[in-house]
Amino acid sequence: MPTYRPGPVSLILAALVALFLLLPLLAVIPVSLTPTRMLAMPSGELSLRHYRALIEDPRWINSILLSIRIGVVSSAFSTVLALCFSLGVWMFQPRFTAALVGFVLLPMVVPPVVSAITLYFLLTSISGLSSFFGYDTWLGVAMAHAVMTVPFATVLILVSLSQLDRRIDLAARGLGATVWERATRIIMPNIKFGIVTAALLSFVLSWEEIGVTLFITSVNAITLPRLMWMGLRDNIDPAIAALSVILIIITVLVLAARSAVVRLRRAQ
Amino acid sequence: MKAYLSDRMGAALLMAPLLLFLGAAYAWPFFGVVNWSFTLPEPGLGQYDTLLSDPLVQSVFVRTLRIAAIVTIVSVAAAYAITVVWVRGTPAQRVIAEFCILVPFWISVLTRAFGWVALLSNRGLFNTWLQAIGFISEPLTLVRNEFGVIVGMTHFLIPFAVFPLASSMRSLDDRVLLAARGLGSSRMRTFWSVFVPMTRSGIIGSALIVFVFSLGFFVTPAILGGGRSVMVAELIYLRIFQSPDWGLGAAISVVLVLFVGALMALLFRYVRPKQLI
Repeated sequence: MPTYRPGPVSLILAALVALFLLLPLLAVIPVSLTPTRMLAMPSGELSLRHYRALIEDPRWINSILLSIRIGVVSSAFSTVLALCFSLGVWMFQPRFTAALVGFVLLPMVVPPVVSAITLYFLLTSISGLSSFFGYDTWLGVAMAHAVMTVPFATVLILVSLSQLDRRIDLAARGLGATVWERATRIIMPNIKFGIVTAALLSFVLSWEEIGVTLFITSVNAITLPRLMWMGLRDNIDPAIAALSVILIIITVLVLAARSAVVRLRRAQ
Repeated sequence: MKAYLSDRMGAALLMAPLLLFLGAAYAWPFFGVVNWSFTLPEPGLGQYDTLLSDPLVQSVFVRTLRIAAIVTIVSVAAAYAITVVWVRGTPAQRVIAEFCILVPFWISVLTRAFGWVALLSNRGLFNTWLQAIGFISEPLTLVRNEFGVIVGMTHFLIPFAVFPLASSMRSLDDRVLLAARGLGSSRMRTFWSVFVPMTRSGIIGSALIVFVFSLGFFVTPAILGGGRSVMVAELIYLRIFQSPDWGLGAAISVVLVLFVGALMALLFRYVRPKQLI
C-alpha cells in the first residue's frame, strides 16, 4: 500500500526548523575554542585553555562530583518510592487510584517556579531543626530533586506495568505466591527495563535541574547547573562553552547508542 | 475476608511511603506558601490587592501572556513542520528529524540558553559574521531583550510541542489522504483541508502544553532577557531573593497555580491524557 509522504514544501520547512534546533548547539563549539578570557568568536588561533580550566579549576570538579552524588541519592530514593507506589496501584487497584496518581504527578505539572518556592519554604523550615538537612545542604537538594523527579519515575513504571500481562500475576497468585513473591519474582523481573529507565531519567533530571536548585542553594551546595548559572549571569565564562560541548557530545553518543540498541532488539 | 483485609493492607503499605513523602515535602509546604501570601508582611488580602493595582506586577503579567502567546504560535507551527517529516517521511528523513528533535530535547536548558547567547550576543556568531561581510557596522542587539527571550523559549519548547502532534499524526488513516489525492485534490489542498483538520486534537494539546510551560518559565527568560524582559517566574524569584517581599512572591505563585490549573482543566476537556504521550 502506498503511503502519504511529505512534499517538497514540507521538507524545506522541516529543514529550516531542524537548522533552528541545531544552530545554538553548533554555535558553542567555536566559542569553546576561543583563546580569549571573554565570550568571543576565535579569530585565527584556537586554544584548549577553557577545556583545561574544567579539569584544573577545583570549582568545576567539586560541583560535578556534588551533582553526581545528589543525582544518585535522589534517583535511588525516587525510583524506590515510585516502584512501591506503582506496584500498589497495579496489584491492588485501590479505589481513588486516579486521584492518588494525580496527586503524585503534581510536581510535574505545577509550574517549576511554584515548586521551587514551595521547596524553599520546606527547606528553610527544616533548617531551624537540623543543620545538615535544610536550606543549602546537599541532602536538602537531593530531597527536593526527589520530589521533582518522582512523578516522571512513577509515569515510566506505571507505563511499563500497563504493558504487563495480568494473567502471569494471577497464575502466581493462584499457585499460592505471597504478595512479596509476586512483586519481587514475577512482576519486577518483567518490568526491569522500565525500572532502570526510571532511575536513569531521575538521575538525568536531577543532574540538569536548575529552576528549583536556584531557590534552595546559596554558597555550599553548588551543583554543576548552579555553577553554570553563576557563570552565565555575570561575566560569561567561556569554560561554560567547553563544558557544553562535552555535555552535547555525551548526549549525542548516548542517543546514538540507544537507537542502536533499539534497532538490534527489533532485528532480533 | 482475611485475603480482602491483607489486600487493603498491602496496597496501603506499598503506596503510603510516596504519598507520605509528597504530603510532607510538597503539599504541606505549598500550604505554607499560600499562608505566606495571606500573612506577610501583615495578615489580610493586602498582597492580592497589590497584585491587582501595582503597575509593575501588571506589566509583568501582560508581558508574560504576550510572550507566551507568541512562543505558542511559533513553536506549534515549527513543531508541526518537523513532525510531518518525523512521522510521515521516508526512513532516512525520519532518522534525521528524530535526531534534530531528541538531541536538543535531552540537552540541558542552560546549555541551550548559552548556545543562543553565543549566537546572538554582541560578540557572538551572528554579529561577528554580519560585521565581517560588511552587512552591518554596529552589532545588533539580539539578546537581553524580548526577542532573545522569544527565540530561546521557542527553541526550548518545540520538542515538547512535537510529541502531542506526532501522536495525532500517527493515528491518522493514510487512506483518507490518498483518497483526497485520488479525487484530484492538490497537495496543498489535501494538507490544509484534510490533514490539518484531522490533527486538531494534537494541535490543541500541544498549544496548551507550550502555553502552560511558557507561563512559568524561569531559566531561559532570566538568561536571555538579562533582567530587562522580566516574566512572572523571574518576578517571583526577585521578590523572594532581591527585594525580600515573600508575601508578594507567594501571592503571585498562588495566582499562577490557579491560572495554570484552569488551563489544565480546559486541556483535559478537549484532549484525553493518552493522546498527549
